[in-house]
Amino acid sequence: MSPREIEVESYDEMFQRVKNKKEGAFIPFIVAGDPDFETSLEIVKAYVGNGADGLEIGFAFSDPVADGPTVQSADLRALNSGITTQKGFEFIRKIREFTSIPIGLLVYYNLIYQMGVDEFYKTAKESGVNAILAADLPPEEAQDAVVASEKYGVQQIFMVAQTTSNERLEKISKMCNGFLYVVAVMGVTGARKDLKISTVELVERVKTHSDLPIVVGFGISKPEHVQNVINSGADGAIVASAILDLITENLQDKEVMLDKISSFCHELKTATIKQ
Amino acid sequence: MITDGKFGKYGGIFVPELLMPALEELEKAFLKYKDDKKFNEELDYYLREFAGRPTTLYYAKNLSEKLGCKIYLKREDMLHTGAHKINNTLGQGLLAKYMGKKRIIAETGAGQHGIATAVIGSLLDLPVDVYMGAEDVERQKLNVFRMELSGARVLPVENGSKTLKDAINDAFRDWVATVDTTYYLIGSTMGPHPYPTMVKHFQSIIGRETKKEILQKEGKLPDTVIACVGGGSNSMGIFSGFLDDEEVELIGVEGGGDGVETDRTGATLCKGTEGVLHGSFSFILQNYDGQISEAHSVSAGLDYPGVGPEHAYLKVTGRAKYDAITNKEALEGFEMLSKYEGIIPALESSHAVAYAVKYAKIPENKGKTIVINLSGRGDKDMFLVAREMGVEV
Ligand SMILES: Cc1ncc(COP(=O)(O)O)c(C=O)c1O
Repeated sequence: MSPREIEVESYDEMFQRVKNKKEGAFIPFIVAGDPDFETSLEIVKAYVGNGADGLEIGFAFSDPVADGPTVQSADLRALNSGITTQKGFEFIRKIREFTSIPIGLLVYYNLIYQMGVDEFYKTAKESGVNAILAADLPPEEAQDAVVASEKYGVQQIFMVAQTTSNERLEKISKMCNGFLYVVAVMGVTGARKDLKISTVELVERVKTHSDLPIVVGFGISKPEHVQNVINSGADGAIVASAILDLITENLQDKEVMLDKISSFCHELKTATIKQ
Repeated sequence: MITDGKFGKYGGIFVPELLMPALEELEKAFLKYKDDKKFNEELDYYLREFAGRPTTLYYAKNLSEKLGCKIYLKREDMLHTGAHKINNTLGQGLLAKYMGKKRIIAETGAGQHGIATAVIGSLLDLPVDVYMGAEDVERQKLNVFRMELSGARVLPVENGSKTLKDAINDAFRDWVATVDTTYYLIGSTMGPHPYPTMVKHFQSIIGRETKKEILQKEGKLPDTVIACVGGGSNSMGIFSGFLDDEEVELIGVEGGGDGVETDRTGATLCKGTEGVLHGSFSFILQNYDGQISEAHSVSAGLDYPGVGPEHAYLKVTGRAKYDAITNKEALEGFEMLSKYEGIIPALESSHAVAYAVKYAKIPENKGKTIVINLSGRGDKDMFLVAREMGVEV
């Protein structure tokens, strides 16, 4: 592909844009190529058409230890439909044909390593990726990734969790760019019935130790969860498994799948309006 | 982290952020208790009275005469529960207790590590949940029953290849959610730091004993030490006694499956490439993109597409050599040791036996003193071997 300039909104611009409207950012997740390349792309269009402020795109991995059954089966569907790292970047380029909202990649480090760290970040930049988060790459092991991220201007995202001490939180915050990903639950990804009070407390704690925008993910499954985290001071919410469940449940009927995803996204976005 | 857990460029800590504090806590506790007098006295007591240490270094007279070498067997098969795994589970189980953890989880392939964890759960009064691939549950039914008798809960894993790697994934997923009170007792020298270092530490008793015993019996070090390599713990345990003795040749034997040249193999070091799996940087079996391949070996304990990072280091530095033995050769080794020595080895250990037989037949190796780490006994493999031999039991 010839390197061309893609109009891309930065995370800073996006967070400012939603803030001006007194909203939080709604960031839906999808595994590139789930359930297949074309449908996956249509789902992203439904996200964008129903209020997504940013996108979190996962590259499927055979052994996703940070993910629950929903994302695992999404990964498997994508792999079975023939997704590869190259096709994943192709997917991002297709998305960039119809939207400029920020795109974050969520991957496992082995995929980055096998392509070559430098090559991966370079391709990511060329494809229109804003930021990369590797689920199994703590700051301790991230030197190569950080070097490449600075070289190509792709922001490096890190996670913080309930178990993260304040001291560690400040250290991570310094290395992190774009936004800080706050893991809402003690556990892997997956839809949850309730949002724990501790999530709200965690958001408040993170805010006192970091100036970065805060995005909450893992277990955010309902409009009221989104509302809670935004009202507790988070700048955005990532919703994954609850949407992916709609893919899983409606594999037989694509129309119904897209309809359900569209109206669910609309509800989730509406919930980001600050009260 | 106090140390970085690197062996050259291998090892490290590639885990979700949620687990980092737990690994820091674990490293701290390990570094504290590994040199703690009371801890070590208690561990020594259990290793001696409960597990049956020290194990003998047995001179395999018949096999030696047949092969024209001096063959010694380090009899880890004589330990309680039938394999070296108990050295590690006693060490880590005690550590869990000292750390005040309330529950232990473990993964298991062959079931040996699951059993060794289940019994220390009984011993130390800690509940144990064991993740086991559904395929392994099927081929190691007897071991499932044994774990359950010892009060452990066996959780079959239906994901992916339904073997060890998937059991490890699910154990990690459990741990991510329960890290406050749960201790994850990893069964081999793999996973994120500090596990490779810690498991090696608890298995190094094999090497220390072997060294002492061979010096008593032969008045010199062995020429060659041979051990099978799954995740790498029994081999690392015995190698550790000889790493600084450059003249001792160290050979790790992987599960070749149908053959290293086929895609049905478990020979990670022989065939794999560098990458990150289950928390550390090492060799793995994978495709071009880095998706993990399914491993294949007749022995569940060698059926793993990863390998401990220190072995990767020993391989690239040339300190140890790695080779593979096919399913068929392993079964021949199994029969041979059973027939000539009256010792029925685990299928895993049979790989080391089969390699030693091959090795001894090479003219330049004639007369050498060879130690085979007999990591476990074959009771668990009876049904499988009978089926392979076409015998009904
Ligand atoms: C008897 C025996 N030997 C060897 C192994 C392989 O593991 P490792 O390489 O950690 O010793 C196993 C694993 O279950 C085993 O049960």
